[in-house]
Amino acid sequence: MTEHLHLLHILHELQQKHRYISEESICEVAAQLSLPVSQVRAVVAFYAFFYSTPCGHYHILFSNCTSCGYRAGGTDLIRMLSQKLSVNIGQTRKDGQLSIHETSCIGMCDHGASLLINGVPLIHLDSEKIEQITDLIEADKPLNEWPLDWFHIKDHIYKRGLLLEGDLPAGDGLRAMLARGREETLTEITQSKLRGRGGAGFSTGLKWHLCQQATGEAHYVVCNADEGEPGTFKDRMLLQQHADALLEGMTICAYVIGAYQGFIYLRGEYRYLLPHLQATLLHRRKLGLLGTAILGQTGFDFDIDIVVGAGAYICGEESALIESLEGKPGIPRSRPPFPVAHGYLGQPTVVNNVETFIAATHIVCNGSEWFTAAGTTESTGSKLLSISGDCAAPGIYEYSFGVTIQQVLEECGADNVQAVQVGGPAGTLLDQTAFHRQIAFEDVGTGGSFMIFNRERDILAIIHQFAAFFAHESCGFCTPCRVGTTLLKQGLNKIIIGQGARNDMAELQRVSELVRRYSHCGLGHTAANPILDGLQHFPQAFEQQLTQYDFTARFELDAALQEARQLTQHDDKGAHLKQEGD
Amino acid sequence: MTHKPKLKLATTSLAGCFGCHMSFLDMDERIVELLEHIEFDRSPFTDIKQLGHCDIGLIEGGVCNAENVHVLRTYRASCRILVAVGACAINGGVPAMRNHFSLQECLEEVYLKSPDMINPHIPNDPELPLLLDKVYPVHEVVKVDYFLPGCPPSADTFYRFLSELIEGKEPQIGKVELRYD
Repeated sequence: MTEHLHLLHILHELQQKHRYISEESICEVAAQLSLPVSQVRAVVAFYAFFYSTPCGHYHILFSNCTSCGYRAGGTDLIRMLSQKLSVNIGQTRKDGQLSIHETSCIGMCDHGASLLINGVPLIHLDSEKIEQITDLIEADKPLNEWPLDWFHIKDHIYKRGLLLEGDLPAGDGLRAMLARGREETLTEITQSKLRGRGGAGFSTGLKWHLCQQATGEAHYVVCNADEGEPGTFKDRMLLQQHADALLEGMTICAYVIGAYQGFIYLRGEYRYLLPHLQATLLHRRKLGLLGTAILGQTGFDFDIDIVVGAGAYICGEESALIESLEGKPGIPRSRPPFPVAHGYLGQPTVVNNVETFIAATHIVCNGSEWFTAAGTTESTGSKLLSISGDCAAPGIYEYSFGVTIQQVLEECGADNVQAVQVGGPAGTLLDQTAFHRQIAFEDVGTGGSFMIFNRERDILAIIHQFAAFFAHESCGFCTPCRVGTTLLKQGLNKIIIGQGARNDMAELQRVSELVRRYSHCGLGHTAANPILDGLQHFPQAFEQQLTQYDFTARFELDAALQEARQLTQHDDKGAHLKQEGD
Repeated sequence: MTHKPKLKLATTSLAGCFGCHMSFLDMDERIVELLEHIEFDRSPFTDIKQLGHCDIGLIEGGVCNAENVHVLRTYRASCRILVAVGACAINGGVPAMRNHFSLQECLEEVYLKSPDMINPHIPNDPELPLLLDKVYPVHEVVKVDYFLPGCPPSADTFYRFLSELIEGKEPQIGKVELRYD
């Protein structure tokens, strides 16, 4: 499938053009691509960035992340803007001028409250900027006349290690690989004990080896640049500043496993990086580092297409990502078979994170010993942390594995810390008794997210925000996750609004364990982590909100009678219910 | 043979169809044996109106109106063990299909828009219990100790469940009883 014919891209074009995707368009696209109408309809329904009713001329998506969300600065900016512009959140204004929605983390966590306007990130929001945005929208100013610095995403790199210190000239990795030979290169990767940087930590050497050994009509290399875990933004920086090393890592992998085609699956929130990535691809083709006979080596043919997602966290799960690459809703596959044997189009496929491919390039250049000299025995090398939340210097920090949480906190200027969420909502919530622990796969693992919460934060509200995130992002395929994540969100909400009873805490625990155990994929397996960690490390945050009862009704009984009272015009004592508990 | 005091059992149907009660009776002659160990209190089977202190309360049906809430609370207060019986009690079931519409839409459809209505109006006799905005499962209103799934749960499920309670065991619902296809 060539890039411009990809279903997600065609739908994106339509969404841009008409501000929604009509049933008519769905039928046309289906005919154009010879796809079932049901598949196109399912894709439109699945991805958050496709709408079936028209969005506004200015379409605004506020991040609701704890770090780059609309409450990050303490004020509710989404409410402020919607009030100023007289539009309801989640709706399009009657004149069609604008629409305001919420979206999951957009990866701008080192830039304060942020939003996407017509797909472009606008950062460092505050009440003053909201005023200005209001004026610009009401004056109908095109986005290219808005202040440029609002859209300028500067990367804050505060600590450089193995990967960020050195600068690799384009092609050096490939030349080193060709000098070593295919098998020696794989051996070097294996000996480096490089593990997947997306969070799961699977051995990269083993993954490449398994894929190389798998038989198929074609092999594929896929870069997972769907950096959706809230609080993670290191790939954003890597894609911007180290695209060459990434593409080189993918090309090395292609040579090792025998692939001719690669893909970068870029999250829709990072669409603004697309021109830069395409320019880098073009440049490498010109240099003979991509295309046919790479570096003059006959038979070494490889090229890369970029597929841009459309707002679905689940597509960071590798099998969901592959489904999405194939132009389908991102519903995770049953595993096994794993992608190494049965991936894109059913063929052997390596899916690795951006940082993993870049590390591979460095290892091929510098050797495995250079890499294993840093880190711990089980977690070699370094890890890029995206640090955000309550600290003086949010940004990118590259540490050797084994660094303690405490050291990280000290170096980024975080004091009065109540909790740290490592690895995003799907990761681990730690209280201060755990700050001696290490960042490493064998201790506290992370895909890069490191969110800091000081003592002024309401930890229960944060856990609720994470629960709402998972309820929103659950793909809906399996019942334990689809229903469970919503039950967890509602259960937490009941406690937060002061109606919770003892039984609700027990119920949260029970449902959490059920969701973790019976869900189909990693999203469900980890969705209850913030609640389970919260119940374990911050029980008082829950307990202090509880009523005196062991059990209270799940909903407000008297409010549930309101409509009937209106319809029958009864409002005597018998027309009311007391919210009693047991 | 020592005679243990009989367990007191109460049952009721809220927003249900009495199908669960009918299924209970499908245990046929085994009910005679069961009556050696249990005694019915308030139940559609006995027509006893006042609920006494009971060991077990079986609740069929979901919670659709204010009266259901009162009845359910009375059962919870009087029964040591409260059991949600059947799909409606557990999930709202068929009556909960109205949850996709507002109460106003439902009542207007039935009492104002139906053909051949004489003096169409939404009933407001004070005798009629007020409807809740939605049909709720039993466990969202009171604490429930056990759930007997099924539409309806089979007579065997009832029999086994009660037998185990009589024997003082923790009731277990087998996989066979949870299979409906």
